[in-house]
Amino acid sequence: MFARAKARGSGGLSAQAKACGSFRIAILLVLTGMVLLAPTGSVAWATDDAVTAEQQIGVTGAAPPGGLLEPILFYAVAMTTVIAALGVCIAKNIVRMAVWLFIALGSVAMLYFLLAADFLGAIQLIVYVGGTLILLIFGVMLTSKSPWVRFEPPKLELIGAAVVCGALLVALCVVLYSAVWPETEGVVPGVSVADLGRRLLTTYLVPFEVAGVLLMIVMVGAAHLARQEK
Amino acid sequence: MVEFLTSQLGVSIILALVVIGVMLGSVAYCIFFERKIAGWVQDRFGPNRVGYRGILQSIADGGKLLLKEDVIPGHVDTPLFILAPAIIFLVAFVGFAAIPWGGQLQLGENLVDIQVAKPDIGLLYILGVASIGVYGVVLGGWSSNNKYSFYGGIRAAAQMLSYEIPLGLCILVVVLTMGTLRLESITLQQTEYWGGILPMWNVILHPLAFLVFLITALAESNRMPFDLPEAEQELVGGYHTEYSGLKFGMFLLAEYAHMITASGFIAVLFLGGWHFPWIAWTQPEATAWYAVIAKMLVLAGKITFFIFLMMWLRWTLPRLRFDQLLRLAWKGLIPITLGLFTLAVILVYVGRQQSLPWALLGNAVVLAIVLAAAGLSQVEVTGRQANLPSIRPGPVSTGTART
Repeated sequence: MFARAKARGSGGLSAQAKACGSFRIAILLVLTGMVLLAPTGSVAWATDDAVTAEQQIGVTGAAPPGGLLEPILFYAVAMTTVIAALGVCIAKNIVRMAVWLFIALGSVAMLYFLLAADFLGAIQLIVYVGGTLILLIFGVMLTSKSPWVRFEPPKLELIGAAVVCGALLVALCVVLYSAVWPETEGVVPGVSVADLGRRLLTTYLVPFEVAGVLLMIVMVGAAHLARQEK
Repeated sequence: MVEFLTSQLGVSIILALVVIGVMLGSVAYCIFFERKIAGWVQDRFGPNRVGYRGILQSIADGGKLLLKEDVIPGHVDTPLFILAPAIIFLVAFVGFAAIPWGGQLQLGENLVDIQVAKPDIGLLYILGVASIGVYGVVLGGWSSNNKYSFYGGIRAAAQMLSYEIPLGLCILVVVLTMGTLRLESITLQQTEYWGGILPMWNVILHPLAFLVFLITALAESNRMPFDLPEAEQELVGGYHTEYSGLKFGMFLLAEYAHMITASGFIAVLFLGGWHFPWIAWTQPEATAWYAVIAKMLVLAGKITFFIFLMMWLRWTLPRLRFDQLLRLAWKGLIPITLGLFTLAVILVYVGRQQSLPWALLGNAVVLAIVLAAAGLSQVEVTGRQANLPSIRPGPVSTGTART
């Protein structure tokens, strides 16, 4: 393994480097997405409370305030999400899978930002990208032996997974096309964090507290499982 | 064109470019000052060969890093190896976007904010960005395919995850006191006064939370005494052992950028940001260009002070052992911050204008409880010392003076 010194720029790409090709393209896509997204983010954020026109999002009937930029960004980020999600399935190395998942979850957060759901996007970043996934990577790293371990699922599992995922896809499509979407003319205002917090502690207090209790139970259970036998 | 440049968007874009430029320059010079301060602490000169008193040292170092061969060893996981410094660099610089640099500026008839972005989610944006930062270190350590780099990455993950909790709780204390997530509102609310004299800075209301925030900020930016991910004596180099050239430079620059961001947030959250009490130019009402410059200088001064403090600490304190590091977070800082959080909830009930005596009393109570708990709990020394029976000096308690 250590003898395989790679001469950079010599034109002789190893198999490893070829496998990296799609990965590099995806990284490039994500980075372009980030660069493109940054200014629109500041456009949407730079407005004052008094001038909420930019914080409002375009719905059917009215041209989106961002002009052509917004649909382009949406499709770029959405494509990144799809490519990264495919990467999670196709990658053979478990840390690579985790990195693809990182990109997928991150671009979902960007979709939330694009849809003016700032709070949801931030929570997506903090909870999934910064919390859950990093713990996953941590666990993988502690148990895995080398970066070159390949993960090859048996054929039977692949077929089973394909059947389940296909069924889920069909079901989701059916729901998506049969659902009645609320349509609003013009622009609807985005929800501020203060508003969200107020509703969580008044209208939706019970579900909020139930979720809190659930998390508490999970934490106590995890602590109990992790405790050393005495 | 002039219309665009004086609008909020134009000012934001210009400010973003200026901030990135200034940051890159000051990050380079942070390294120079770090070495100068190291020299000062250790009673020697520090770098003084390049240019007048060594002020061109950083430029020479940067040139060296640029011109060095960018080696990618054959045994690394190449894409992740390239991705890691990119992530850490991006994250270290994105945080600057939300810092309110200098209040508001009157440009023609427009009143624009001297701030790149004003997200409604303010502090959550910072937390979200900061939580991505750990990926750079972890992936760098992992993709190097080197036992010691890998240990560095694992240490970084455990450390940053542990210290994110007290950091978040300290931020929650500030959020509860201020009732907003917006950094500019947090600054603005701190420009009021108690009795017309004492500025309502959060550091006066929550001195303990300020201290804990300072400690966790040090830990989050992997600075001494929390720099275990890059402990040279134990790990050859750390998570960046296999890196060379500009990729190594990016890790190095990101560390200093992280320090500047952390200092900026300490200044904004606890020390009133650009506010300097009793001077008319640094009040929120002053919106002329010279007032904005004065405010920026005040914030820069506060940031410089904290960077100096961090460097001073680095060359003064020894490194913690890893179990001590995690114990400090889980058994020390998290209980303290939970107590401070409860205190902040009570202070919301009292109201901010009346809460000064209650806040000080509450902080004193929390401090007394912490000291009593630390003194009474006979925590055994664990780790390497416990396995050396010959030199073990009997039951040793931490928290009380060793005799």
